[in-house]
Amino acid sequence: MIDLPGLLPALPEIFLACAGMALLMIGVFHRGDATRLVSGLTVASFLVAALILIGVAEERVVSMNGLFIVDGFALFMKLLVLLGSALAVIMSLGFIEREQMARFEYPVLFLFATLGMLMLVSANDLISLYVGLELMSLSLYVVAAFRRDTVRSSEAGMKYFVLGAVSSGMLLYGASLVYGFAGTTNFDQLAAFTLDSTGIPPIGLIIGIVFISAGLAFKVSAVPFHMWTPDVYEGAPTPVTAFFAVAPKIAAMALFVRVLVGPFGDLAAQWQQIIVVTSLLSMILGAFAAINQRNIKRLMAYSSISHVGFALVGLAAGTPEGVRGVLIYMAIYLVMNVGTFACILCMRINGRMVEGIDDLAGLNKTNPLMAFALAVFMFSLAGIPPLAGFFGKLYVFMAAINAELYALAVIGVLSSVVASFYYLLIVKLMYFDEPSEAFDRPIGSGMSTILVGASVFNLFFILAPAPIVDAAGAAAGTLFNPPPAVLEAADAAAAVE
Amino acid sequence: MVVLALAFYLFAGITIASGVMVVATRNPVHSVLFLILAFFNSAGLFVLMGAEFLAMILVVVYVGAVAVLFLFVVMMLDINYAELKEGFIRYLPIGALIGAILLIELLVVIGAWAIVPTAEERAPTPTAMPEGVTNTEALGRLLYTEYVYLFQAAGIVLLIAMIGAIVLTLRQREGVRRQRIADQIGRQREEVLAIRKVEPGGGVS
Repeated sequence: MIDLPGLLPALPEIFLACAGMALLMIGVFHRGDATRLVSGLTVASFLVAALILIGVAEERVVSMNGLFIVDGFALFMKLLVLLGSALAVIMSLGFIEREQMARFEYPVLFLFATLGMLMLVSANDLISLYVGLELMSLSLYVVAAFRRDTVRSSEAGMKYFVLGAVSSGMLLYGASLVYGFAGTTNFDQLAAFTLDSTGIPPIGLIIGIVFISAGLAFKVSAVPFHMWTPDVYEGAPTPVTAFFAVAPKIAAMALFVRVLVGPFGDLAAQWQQIIVVTSLLSMILGAFAAINQRNIKRLMAYSSISHVGFALVGLAAGTPEGVRGVLIYMAIYLVMNVGTFACILCMRINGRMVEGIDDLAGLNKTNPLMAFALAVFMFSLAGIPPLAGFFGKLYVFMAAINAELYALAVIGVLSSVVASFYYLLIVKLMYFDEPSEAFDRPIGSGMSTILVGASVFNLFFILAPAPIVDAAGAAAGTLFNPPPAVLEAADAAAAVE
Repeated sequence: MVVLALAFYLFAGITIASGVMVVATRNPVHSVLFLILAFFNSAGLFVLMGAEFLAMILVVVYVGAVAVLFLFVVMMLDINYAELKEGFIRYLPIGALIGAILLIELLVVIGAWAIVPTAEERAPTPTAMPEGVTNTEALGRLLYTEYVYLFQAAGIVLLIAMIGAIVLTLRQREGVRRQRIADQIGRQREEVLAIRKVEPGGGVS
């Protein structure tokens, strides 16, 4: 039976779900256009959810009959997700109003997608994992196709939907294999099972893990499950792309880490090879395939593939240090991407959106501040030292070297050198080429605040990295301290023998 | 017992046979009809296992809603079957290859199932049915207590599916005449009725 205290850890999710339904009502019954009002309230709901999250945070609570978990790791990732979603909603507002797609369902779908992400991050069971994943994906399919009158947007939504359904199928197949061989879907019990299955684990379990990893690799768009990314990023409306590049990636990465390190942590030798290969391929493909792209959204898609590869380096290490690296990487990745997409959203000439990288030519002459901000983000994405992006890479590569994955670290650094080619190309275009046409101004106060904030974070992260690094370290630690349930179950198993 | 076994083989046999027919038959409408037959027989299998609720749900939801919807779609869509067949032949080799790989994997998995010594004891035992409780009530007790989180989450998934369908398909078209009942009731006699005196042989000008 569930008593009321059992609901307390899930309070942020319950609040968001209720807020979503209330906002739907407001949107339907509000006279006139409710998009602006609903967007504002959505951001406010994210804020309240974050406050509740911090308020009810405890050490490690499992509730809802073992389906739901809150720990330091979940707290850290959920705050990142909420921040990413809130910024995406703020960035969207101007765009959807200009492009005649301002409908109040848009922020509400963002809100439900975020709810799904929070549930994903807190999943403690394969079933709750799947339900959270579907909740997130279903909302994302709809927002990808939100501009239903343009062919590209509908195509993006359709492609994402079909491939997403296939990946969900793979994930479910893997989950059913895991259930068949371990006899449980609960993460704590799975951890206990892998802990006391000495010697070679059942092969079915390993095949199950492979399928689950494949499904999750699709969601984070790691190679070889990346094919949908460039098309969907290009076709979806730009603020939706900004959202895709940030919040769902963080949530799926959190889930990836939790599933592999939590229940299957003792099978690290089995899944480590998969992650190493995926990470290598993602870094290399992301670096090389982006070189020829002339559309900045496609370029950012390949860039995000390579960044996922870098983050997976930390997971491949499989140590608390590696997980800390992943957390720091995702936090910095969020800021870099939000900043870059804020710039992309400002690329308007005479009220028309442009997406070619050649349109950025000579930006320094027409709008020096924006050129400077974009240059900061590009240097940061490339991982040039004093900027934040460098530290993200530093921590994951350090973890990889300490875990003796030398080849992975060396290839990672080399591919990041290749990747800096196209980041620097954009900087070169902005500063050394002749300007074509100036972008429209003003860009709006919300947008400029985001640009300034993201640039300041990227520039001055070096001065005070401690808050994020310490928080990430503490969050990573909670994932590794063997939770009491595992030990109890292991003790019980030992007593039976 | 013999009757039970007979019933099982009857239902199972027809299920498999109609499953084959779904794929094999040329006419897509016949495919859907065979699918319905397969659903009915699966429902029979559920009854044999003592899961009456699932059996009824299968009939109500799958036959009553999903299959009928299929039928509508198949009848309404104009599908070019020759083109479909062409694609089938073209992708046959790669499809067969993937199928063979999956089959080998399955064999390996099932083989390992037999080898793993603890598999037997690990296999979850079905929860015993509480005495004096109907099938539906037992499911409800589980669903609304232990799995209430998933139940609610699944509800939100359905809500999103509904929002998505509305967002992507609803269009506010211009020039559509809608029935406005309030306007109809609120109509005054003076607004719509005019009495004219018509002179014999004069007509209305």
